[in-house]
Amino acid sequence: MNSVKERLYNGIVKENPTFVLVLGMCPTLAVTTSAMNGLGMGLTTMVVLALSNMIISLMRNIIPDKVRIPAFIVIIASFVTIMQLLLQGFLPSLYDALGIYIPLIVVNCIILGRAESYASKNPVIPSLFDGIGMGLGFSFALTCIGAVREILGAGEIFGFHIMPESYVPISIFVMAPGAFFVLATLTAIQNKIKAAGEKKGKDMSKIQSGCSEDCLGCDGKGGCSHGFYDTKAGEKTEGEVK
Amino acid sequence: MSGLMKVSSNPHIRAKDTTSRMMLTVVIALLPTTFFGIYNFGWRAALIIALTIASTVLTEFLYEKIVGKKSTIGDFSAVVTGLLLALNLPVSVPWWIPVIGGVFAILVVKMLFGGLGQNFMNPALAARCFLLISFTSIMTNFDCDAYTGATPLAALKAGESVNVYDMIIGNISGTIGETSMIAIVIGACILIFCGIIDLRIPGTYIVSFVVFLVLFSGRGWDGQYVSAHLAGGGLMLGAFFMATDYVTRPITKKGQYIYGIFLGFLTAIFRVFGASAEGVSYAIIIGNLLVPLIERFTLPKAFGKGGEKA
Repeated sequence: MNSVKERLYNGIVKENPTFVLVLGMCPTLAVTTSAMNGLGMGLTTMVVLALSNMIISLMRNIIPDKVRIPAFIVIIASFVTIMQLLLQGFLPSLYDALGIYIPLIVVNCIILGRAESYASKNPVIPSLFDGIGMGLGFSFALTCIGAVREILGAGEIFGFHIMPESYVPISIFVMAPGAFFVLATLTAIQNKIKAAGEKKGKDMSKIQSGCSEDCLGCDGKGGCSHGFYDTKAGEKTEGEVK
Repeated sequence: MSGLMKVSSNPHIRAKDTTSRMMLTVVIALLPTTFFGIYNFGWRAALIIALTIASTVLTEFLYEKIVGKKSTIGDFSAVVTGLLLALNLPVSVPWWIPVIGGVFAILVVKMLFGGLGQNFMNPALAARCFLLISFTSIMTNFDCDAYTGATPLAALKAGESVNVYDMIIGNISGTIGETSMIAIVIGACILIFCGIIDLRIPGTYIVSFVVFLVLFSGRGWDGQYVSAHLAGGGLMLGAFFMATDYVTRPITKKGQYIYGIFLGFLTAIFRVFGASAEGVSYAIIIGNLLVPLIERFTLPKAFGKGGEKA
């Protein structure tokens, strides 16, 4: 049970895929024009992430190492297709709003990243919850970005008008540049909170990511237990080539 | 104090030019344009200008106060940014447009990248484009007490004829500072006379703009059309006061020519084929983005390294 909690915390706070790992930027920047779209995208990704993590973890001892990436892609693509058909059938408005970004979940690097670095090496239950945790972190981040963009760019949140009548929407925030402004600002705030916590002497290594560096600045030389970059796999292939 | 020797590393020969002195010269050079704008559009223009400058200077002051840096508002660069931004606004804008624009120009474009000298885009122009994209209808509403209807460039685009003489004098609608070609050229002469700018960038910009305009417009050499394009819109203001911004222009001479030609090319494309009648501000900020690349390719070779192989 402890590993379940640890995985959820890891995905939502410690290694939040958007604000800490800065993964999956394409959907993050493209679909977060409103809070609803962000939440929809996040939850869809979460379902795919959790299920594909689970299946990959189940099959981790069967899949040969050399063809693991194609195998992961096939599994992920199957779940994305299922999700796409379900959305089209039951939530057509969300399906229309997300458009091409639903099939593109297949190539979302959070999913492949978690499959490669976590699910292919760990037992089923932690992998499932790793997927759920990462997915929740992603949903949380996308909803935050979407909400800020929607409030500033349209004066609404989840479709409800909240700003006073005299407010003129800053429409750049629902366009592409707005996504960058909001993402950068939220990441900065998140880092500020971390830094403030460190000053107070809290053990921020838990939030940081195990090593002294951020995962962003990590050149993949290892030392870090969760190893987003699978250094060993790389070495092996290199050796085989030689 | 005067008896003390100053011990420092090189350079040991110094000019008297300081940042604040240069910026002050730019402000003085912009005064004819500013006064003409106030004369042309009335007291409201003065209010907009004052509000924009107050907003930029205050933003810089507060930001440096909050992050605990030494205040740099004494170098007048925030004043120049504010003044240039105000000259790029229509007179009819509500009071909060200059405030948002000023905060965006200084906070996002300048200070977050490290202050004067580190900004990769001209702050005033970036803020203008931010406002133009966000509040399109407000920023393209040039109706005021003195004038109604389209700007000369928009009329020209619609195929109507315009009075070039009025455009050169400045009795036309437009943003506060762009209307009078004469006032801008007087300011530009002050800058050139004081050695703050040279004609390299503005010259290549304007000449190449004319060349590309003649090529693209499909009208051949139409003197009236070309001169209306030269006198209309922000071309003069942009070429002399914004494209020459020290921070965001290329340093190398060859690079400055390339930069000028590129700006002329983009402006002509935007004006002839673009949906909007004006394109100077977009052309200059896109040019700003390419400056590092231009500098990289025009970097002079160090003496003794490389050169022609015999």
